[in-house]
Amino acid sequence: MPEVAYLQPRDLADAARLCRDTPDAKPLAGGTDLMVMLHAGTVRPRALVNLWSLRELQGIRHVDGALEIGAAEPYTGIIGSALVGEHCPALVAASRTIGAAQIQNRGTLGGNLANASPAGDTLPVLLAADAVVVTDRRAIAVADFFRGYRKTALGPGELIVAVRFPAAARGVRFRKVGTRAAQAISKVVIAVNREPARVALGSVAEVPLRARDAEAALARGDVEGAVTAVAADIRPIDDVRSTAAYRRAVAQNVLRDLLHASPRR
Amino acid sequence: MRFVLNGNRVSLDVSGSRRLLDVLREELRLTGTKEGCGEGECGACSVLIDGEVVNSCLVAVGQVDGCRVVTVEGLALPDGKLSALQQAFIERGAAQCGICTPGMLLAAHALLEENPRPSEDEVRTGLAGNLCRCTGYTKIFDAVLACRR
Repeated sequence: MPEVAYLQPRDLADAARLCRDTPDAKPLAGGTDLMVMLHAGTVRPRALVNLWSLRELQGIRHVDGALEIGAAEPYTGIIGSALVGEHCPALVAASRTIGAAQIQNRGTLGGNLANASPAGDTLPVLLAADAVVVTDRRAIAVADFFRGYRKTALGPGELIVAVRFPAAARGVRFRKVGTRAAQAISKVVIAVNREPARVALGSVAEVPLRARDAEAALARGDVEGAVTAVAADIRPIDDVRSTAAYRRAVAQNVLRDLLHASPRR
Repeated sequence: MRFVLNGNRVSLDVSGSRRLLDVLREELRLTGTKEGCGEGECGACSVLIDGEVVNSCLVAVGQVDGCRVVTVEGLALPDGKLSALQQAFIERGAAQCGICTPGMLLAAHALLEENPRPSEDEVRTGLAGNLCRCTGYTKIFDAVLACRR
């Protein structure tokens, strides 16, 4: 295996420059996805740009009434944050379901977004919360971020800096269905909100998605209509973790459950 | 690159993109850290970085520059006596084939440092990232619970 160069930027601007100017460079944060692919040879970059130690990508703060979480802040920081617990408790719940201590100490929102796995556990929460991905160049609504199987709206060398959650993120509710409580890749992940009406799902299509017809029904207050509509909004497949039929049935049952548990305000 | 490994300073000339796991085993000859799955699923390669438990198969060694790293070889007391946790693993029969044991010890050590009196539920959660293929979990949990302060 040809050696992969390891580049340590001084700060975010330096990291952005390295990612822009180095052919075939990959940004590396906690490594929970990228190090696996690198070792398996499924990605073969020429260089890694280490983002883990950059202070500008860490931390959790309020910015203009929104909650902002640094792209390389690990899940352990999110789980332990009173600010996140107040502003988006569903994100705390989702973060707790990711791997276990070892993964929570290294996994990050920026990595979950950039990796763009359809099974990324936080991604439906971000969609249901109308979160915004802040990069070194611009702000991208999460709803516009996923462009196909593991494809994102990020341009070449563009770095995710933070994720912003508007005040409505507080109403989001989350549920993951997997084989066991820890270390499980999900069969179905759902996040919902009532105000505004949002239904977002993971592991049921090639991308994490918003169920638009279910949302339209929910906006009219029609819970059973939303439950019916979600079955056609999603595109699940049979794979090693589950079947399309099971995923469709579970998506409908869990959606009904979540909506009954979070009545309209 | 330099870091502190089990209390001793080390200085290495290796590519920063190599896995911490491989550098520990192949360059530093510390083979207590085991490779199980190599995908962050099993926890056999767990080590502590600045006190936090991580899978060393997922860490690029360059990322520990300037950090404190502890492997299972660093858990014993300075006089060579086993730690209370290691002793409890022996006394309670918490090791069978032994592959998961170093990772279990480090995850349990990190848990007890953070939470000296964990409930059984908290122990199960704290060790949820460490798989034991012999399924000897009950005795492992017993050993950790015996070390509550």
